[in-house]
Amino acid sequence: MTYLRPLIVFVGILAAWQAIVSVLAIAPFILPSPLAVIDVAIERADTIAGHALVTLSEILLGLLFGTLLGTVSALIMAYFRSARAWVLPVLVVSQAVPVFALAPVLVLWFGYGIAPKVAMATLIIYFPVTAAFYDGLRRTEPGWIDLARTMGASKAAILRQIRIPAALPAFASGLRVAAAVAPIGAVVGEWVGSSAGLGYYMLLMNGRVQTDAMFAALLVLALLAVTIYFIIDAALRRLVSWQADMDPASLT
Amino acid sequence: MTAADLNNPTPSEMLGLDVRNARLAWGDAVLLDNFSFAAAAGSWTCLLGESGVGKSTLLRTIAGLIEPVGSTEIRAHDGTELHARVAYMAQQDLLLPWLSAIENVALGARLRGERADRDRALDILARAGVAERANALPSELSGGERQRVALARTLMEQRPIVLMDEPFSALDAITRTRLQDLAVELLATRTVLMVTHDPFEALRLADTIFVLTDDTTPTDAPIVPPGPTPRDPTDPALRDSHRSIMQRLTHGTARATGGRA
Repeated sequence: MTYLRPLIVFVGILAAWQAIVSVLAIAPFILPSPLAVIDVAIERADTIAGHALVTLSEILLGLLFGTLLGTVSALIMAYFRSARAWVLPVLVVSQAVPVFALAPVLVLWFGYGIAPKVAMATLIIYFPVTAAFYDGLRRTEPGWIDLARTMGASKAAILRQIRIPAALPAFASGLRVAAAVAPIGAVVGEWVGSSAGLGYYMLLMNGRVQTDAMFAALLVLALLAVTIYFIIDAALRRLVSWQADMDPASLT
Repeated sequence: MTAADLNNPTPSEMLGLDVRNARLAWGDAVLLDNFSFAAAAGSWTCLLGESGVGKSTLLRTIAGLIEPVGSTEIRAHDGTELHARVAYMAQQDLLLPWLSAIENVALGARLRGERADRDRALDILARAGVAERANALPSELSGGERQRVALARTLMEQRPIVLMDEPFSALDAITRTRLQDLAVELLATRTVLMVTHDPFEALRLADTIFVLTDDTTPTDAPIVPPGPTPRDPTDPALRDSHRSIMQRLTHGTARATGGRA
């Protein structure tokens, strides 16, 4: 039932969409009906799947690099007191400069391929992962650290056995946010300059006033983003299964 | 691991400790100055006082968690450093929520990168009365069970000296009494130094009680309640001692308040 609910919501949105198009008689080039969109999606499945694969790789690579970079930054800040002052400005700047503004520069440097999109996704993911994980590492129950010290634990052992596991719920929150925003980085990158990907395909179809194809790509992108989110969410739940779930607003 | 070790999971040595000229200050306010006391090997010693007299800070200093201030000298009776000779038990159980009860008991070995002795951990859990909960997560345990596991973890560390900071004050009265009895039984061969604000608890458990008041240099002789521990809470002699300690503690507060006004 818990995994059925998002599906019901999804079908509900499609039904409402169909109803709006039918009742208001909207022109198909403004808002095509969901049935028309699904038709096009099936008809051009090969083309759209090819573009989707590109976007998916960009998102997943961005998630990988952003998470790795964020995890390492948070660990460095938590472990080396003196490093905090150096890493923190990088963290703030990475978030203060809008990724959208950086997109043209990244395309200029890395070309029209997959690299600038991965860089965009990495940048957009880096902040939530680092901030959440670092926050978790900082807020270790002081009593646990006292106890570990009386047991003769080294600083590294305390980090590995106590502070990191204790910070995992916070890390999971950061990664959930990252999973939700990662597609933004990839698609914005594709809009600025690319020759493949769902964002590129949407722009192309927009130019040709093939609104139904544009919506088909959008639909696939939404499904992709939601699937990534749910897979990551499920993995994170296993990772911190010891933590009591007290989140009534949880999506599943 | 031999059968004898399993039956007697206690350190081979008994070791007392000395604190000399202890000084504690919080900013400019001196909480304790020139306070000396000893805890005899294998005995149970209580530091009794209300919140804010610095008894927890003193205990943390002895545990090596805080650097000693000024003239403070802390020594084991054999003249060595206390480092690595003490086990510490706090008011909260401090169980790690992602480890099972038995993994929590064996936490010390895990932290030092040693192989955990599962048989001994299970044996100690049995002595603490929670063997059947060995694989439960802390969130699945009751407050009393959690504190039993924490006590088992303290025993698992083969340290001759056990430092306890109000270990039973978060429990309900009945569970607290049971845990106190269990602690006396299991810690019989260790030197225990316990900090508490509860005169009654001190009178039940301690061989020697040092009362800390607003007086920065406590000079009164320690209280030595008669008879074996844990003492019967209904004993009239215990009630009398309780009354006299309460008078001393509340009188000290009244005097200090009057002095500041």
